[in-house]
Amino acid sequence: MNDRFISIEAIARRFPKRTGEPVTIFEDLSLSIARGEFVCIIGHSGCGKSTVLNVLAGLDQPDAGFVFIDGKQITEPGLDRAVIFQSHALLPWKTALANVAYAVASRWPSLKRAEVNARAQRAIDLVGLHGAEMKRPSELSGGMRQRVGIARALSIEPKILLMDEPFSALDALTRGALQDEVRRICRDTGQTLFMITHDVDEAMYLADKIVLMTNGPGAMIAEIVENPLPQERKRVEIHRHPDYYPLRNHLIDFLVTRSVTFRDEMPAGYDRKKPPVVRPGAQTPALG
Amino acid sequence: MASTAPLPLRAGVLSLLIFVIFALAWHMATRGGPAGPAMDPEYAKLMGATATQGKSAMPGPLEVGAKLIEHLRHPFYDRGPNDKGLGIQLAFSMLRVAAGYGLAVLVAIPLGFLIGMSPLMNKALDPFIQIMKPVSPLAWMPLALYTIKDSGLSAIFVIFICSLWPMLVNTAFGVSGVRKEWLNVARTLEVGPWRRAFTVILPAAAPTIFTGMRISIGIAWLVIVAAEMLVGGTGIGYFVWNEWNNLSITNVIIAILLIGVVGMLLDQLLARAARAVTFPE
Ligand SMILES: Nc1ncnc2c1ncn2[C@@H]1O[C@H](COP(=O)(O)OP(=O)(O)OP(=O)(O)O)[C@@H](O)[C@H]1O
Ligand SMILES: [Mg+2]
Repeated sequence: MNDRFISIEAIARRFPKRTGEPVTIFEDLSLSIARGEFVCIIGHSGCGKSTVLNVLAGLDQPDAGFVFIDGKQITEPGLDRAVIFQSHALLPWKTALANVAYAVASRWPSLKRAEVNARAQRAIDLVGLHGAEMKRPSELSGGMRQRVGIARALSIEPKILLMDEPFSALDALTRGALQDEVRRICRDTGQTLFMITHDVDEAMYLADKIVLMTNGPGAMIAEIVENPLPQERKRVEIHRHPDYYPLRNHLIDFLVTRSVTFRDEMPAGYDRKKPPVVRPGAQTPALG
Repeated sequence: MASTAPLPLRAGVLSLLIFVIFALAWHMATRGGPAGPAMDPEYAKLMGATATQGKSAMPGPLEVGAKLIEHLRHPFYDRGPNDKGLGIQLAFSMLRVAAGYGLAVLVAIPLGFLIGMSPLMNKALDPFIQIMKPVSPLAWMPLALYTIKDSGLSAIFVIFICSLWPMLVNTAFGVSGVRKEWLNVARTLEVGPWRRAFTVILPAAAPTIFTGMRISIGIAWLVIVAAEMLVGGTGIGYFVWNEWNNLSITNVIIAILLIGVVGMLLDQLLARAARAVTFPE
C-alpha cells in the first residue's frame, strides 16, 4: 500500500482583497492520504475546506506548494477524480439521467448511446432516484439534486472521490442510506475518499481519519484524528463502543473551542507541515 | 356575468369591440361629402378626381376590405415590374431578410462566441461595436451601393448590418456569463474545447442568444421596408412606395397591415424557438 497516494505538500492559497495585501486563506498546508482511505475534513464555515478540495480537484491552483496524486503532480482536473460539488452543479437544461449520461459519455467516449444510458440509469437507481430520471434539476428537490450529483460522480468510477458536503441537504433517512452506500462502494472498489462535512457523527461513522482545520484566515490543520472505532461499524451500535464518546468529545471540543484558540495555544513542537496524529479513545492515550 | 368568463375570452370580445368602433369611426370620417371650400386648386388638380368630386381621398374600411380580399384571392399574379401580387412582393422582402439575417447569424454567433470567451477580444472589439451599433443601417446604403454596385445585394447587406449587432452583443454576453460551476463540471470530466462549446456553453447561452436573434429579426423587418423604398424594383417596401406614387392609399393601408402581420409572425417564430431552449434553474 502506498501511504502517500495523495500528497498535499505545503500548499498556500491567497485571495486578493479589494484593499491592501491579499488574504492568506492557508499556507504550508500539508496532508497525505493513503490509497483506499476515507478522510473527512471538518472545520468552521469559511476556513478554506472547499478551497483545499478545489486544489485537489485541479480546479484551483495553489499559490505555493504542490499536490501529487500517485506520484504525479496535479495541475488540471481529470477523470481520475470525481467531484461532488457543494452547489450540485447540475446542468439545468439536461434531465437527471442526461446529466449522469454526460459524465459517462465523457469517461468512456467510445461507448454506445444505449450502454451509456444503461450505466447512467444504474447510477441513478443506486442513489434511489428511480422514476425521477427524466426530470430536470429544477423539478427536483434539493436533496434529489444532491443525489444526482452523487450518481454522476459514482458513475465514472473514479479512483478518488472528492465530496463537498454531499449529504448536507438530505433528510436523516436518505442521508443514512447514502452514507452506507458510499461507504460500501469505497470499501468494495478501494476508492479513496476526501470528504468535507460539518456533521461530527457523519465523520465518525464514515472516516478512517478526520482532519481538523482551524478557523481562517491563515487556517491550519491542527491535527489528524485516527478513528478508533472498528472498521466494521454498525450505525445503531457504534455509540456503545467505549471509544465513541472520547472521540466525539474530542471532535466537538475542537469545533467549539480549540478551532479558535489553537493559534494562540499551539502545542510545543507543532509544525504545520507535519500536523500531529492523535487517536482519542478510552484505552489508548493520544499518540502525540 | 362577464366577470365569470375566462380572461382570454373577455379580452377577445373587447378586442373585437375596439376594432368595430375603430372601423365605424373610420367609415364615418371617410364618407363622401361636399368638397371643402378652401381647396387649393393646384392641390385639387394634383389629387385628381377623388378630391374634386368631393369624396375623401382616404379610403373607407369597406373599400380596403374589398381590395384586401381581391389581393388575397390573387396573391401571386405578375403583370410586369410595377404590378405584382402582394404575395410575390412579400416573398421578395422575406427572401432578402432571410439572406441578410442568415448571413448575420453565421457571422454573429461564432464571433460572439469568440468575444464572449476571450476577455482580450471583448475589450479590443468593444469600441468598434459601441460605435457601429447606434448607426442607422440605412446610412450604410450609399456605401453599399457604391461598393457592391447592385441594389438587391445592397439591401441584403443593410439587413445583414442591422441584424448583426443585437445578435453579436447578446451572444458575447450569454457566452461570457456561463456559470463557472458548469464549466468546472466540463473541466473535471476532461471535456474537449469543441464538445464543451456545443454541450455546455451553447445550451447555457442559448436563451440569451435567441433573445438577440428575436431583437434582430424585428429590426431587420423594420429596415427592409425602408431599404426597398430606397433601392426599388421589388419587395413590399417598393410596393408601398409605388402605390403612394399611384396615389392608391388603399393599397398602402393593405401593405401596412400585411407588414404588421408578417412581422408579428416572425417575432412569434423566434419567441417560440427561444422558449424551446430556455431552461428553468
Ligand atoms: N474566489 C474567491 N475570491 C476571494 N475570496 C475567496 C474566493 N473563494 C473563497 N474565498 C474565501 O476563502 C475562504 C475559504 O473559502 P471556502 O469556500 O474554501 O470555505 P469553506 O471552508 O468551504 O466554507 P463552507 O463550510 O462554508 O463551505 C473564505 O473566507 C472565502 O471568503
Ligand atoms: Mg465549502
